[in-house]
Amino acid sequence: MCGVCGCGAGETRIDGKPLDGHHHHDHDHHHGHDHHHHGHDHTHEHVMPDGTVVRHSHHDHHHHDHHHDHHAHHHDHTGGSARLVAVEQDILAKNDRFATVNRRLFEATGVLVLNLMSSPGSGKTTLLARTLTDLKGRFPAAVIEGDQQTSLDAERIRATGAPAIQVNTGKGCHLDAQMVTQAVAELHVRPGTVLFVENVGNLVCPAGFDLGETARVVVISVTEGEDKPLKYPNMFAGADLLLVNKVDLLPHLSFDLDALVANARKVRPHLEVIEVSATSGLGLARWYEWVEAARARQAAHALQPTP
Amino acid sequence: MHEMALAQGVVDIAVEQARANNAAGIRLVRLEIGALSHVEPRALSFCFDAVSRGTLAEGAVLEIDRPQGSATCLMCVKTFPLANRYDPCPHCGSHQVVVVGGEEMRVKELEVV
Repeated sequence: MCGVCGCGAGETRIDGKPLDGHHHHDHDHHHGHDHHHHGHDHTHEHVMPDGTVVRHSHHDHHHHDHHHDHHAHHHDHTGGSARLVAVEQDILAKNDRFATVNRRLFEATGVLVLNLMSSPGSGKTTLLARTLTDLKGRFPAAVIEGDQQTSLDAERIRATGAPAIQVNTGKGCHLDAQMVTQAVAELHVRPGTVLFVENVGNLVCPAGFDLGETARVVVISVTEGEDKPLKYPNMFAGADLLLVNKVDLLPHLSFDLDALVANARKVRPHLEVIEVSATSGLGLARWYEWVEAARARQAAHALQPTP
Repeated sequence: MHEMALAQGVVDIAVEQARANNAAGIRLVRLEIGALSHVEPRALSFCFDAVSRGTLAEGAVLEIDRPQGSATCLMCVKTFPLANRYDPCPHCGSHQVVVVGGEEMRVKELEVV
């Protein structure tokens, strides 16, 4: 395991069951066989500044039977036995393919997916449990709980009556799109559901991984620093809604709410902000209206059921 | 940090491409990691060494190009270098800016044998 970043691989569990074929790297993948190659070769020449002529051969592979896209591009001018292979692939390409699958699935079925992200201790699970209790009966809801270890949060959520699935990332510091794909398959999410995804408590890593969510909701509590949006800009730059939690504690703190909002809007202009307290209930009505409105917009996307 | 997962992505892409090109080994992997992306290059290099063990990419040199950040201002429509996401437009002071460069996270090319 990585001593620098603490990330782990191959340890993901969904409701205690190992996630197959994920993050394993030192075994044979299904490469180089069973693929349909619809490729073509062509060569062309470039004249380099020193006058040497370089011949490139390009070869495109399009693999249609699984999710790999190859656009290989061979350069034959390195001499000897070494050669350059142009790749030009996004490192997160695999994650993004699963995110696209998720997003299409959620749009087709009118499922609103909210990716809830925050530091540990922001009150995310308490806020979610309160939300599920208060909105019970208004629409079907389900939850994917991401934590490195334990199913404590999923148990808290299930106590509200909402179906929940726990994804344990092992030493992993974020949920990824494939975990969500597999969790959704286990959850049997009904059309029109609001699916809350509670990401691993972390303001850094989850920001980089598109889950195919409809919206990103970042939760920050007033017991944290106003400068967090500047310290963790990637997280706030991707947010669609900022929930400022624990505002019932404001009289006891020197927290500058206006500074927080100003900082957040430096990295995300027009970011919508709702102040709430999951324990006192303050501001929750506005949050619930936001959820209902987002749900209505997502339902409008949904494919009409065929008679 | 999530550099382990990203290193895994790099190794997967590199090994897949090396195999598709019938390579016996990978000598060098060149990445483009934008200055505004959420990646710490030193941690990524460390994780790459760990994750590549036992694969075609084991022992490969990881070369990381760092394209700088840039943004376009929605108020004055000027494009400028952006060091931090929270920096305002240097021309008009607005924060209504859209990042247009420096978020890259790509495997550019490999040197294989």
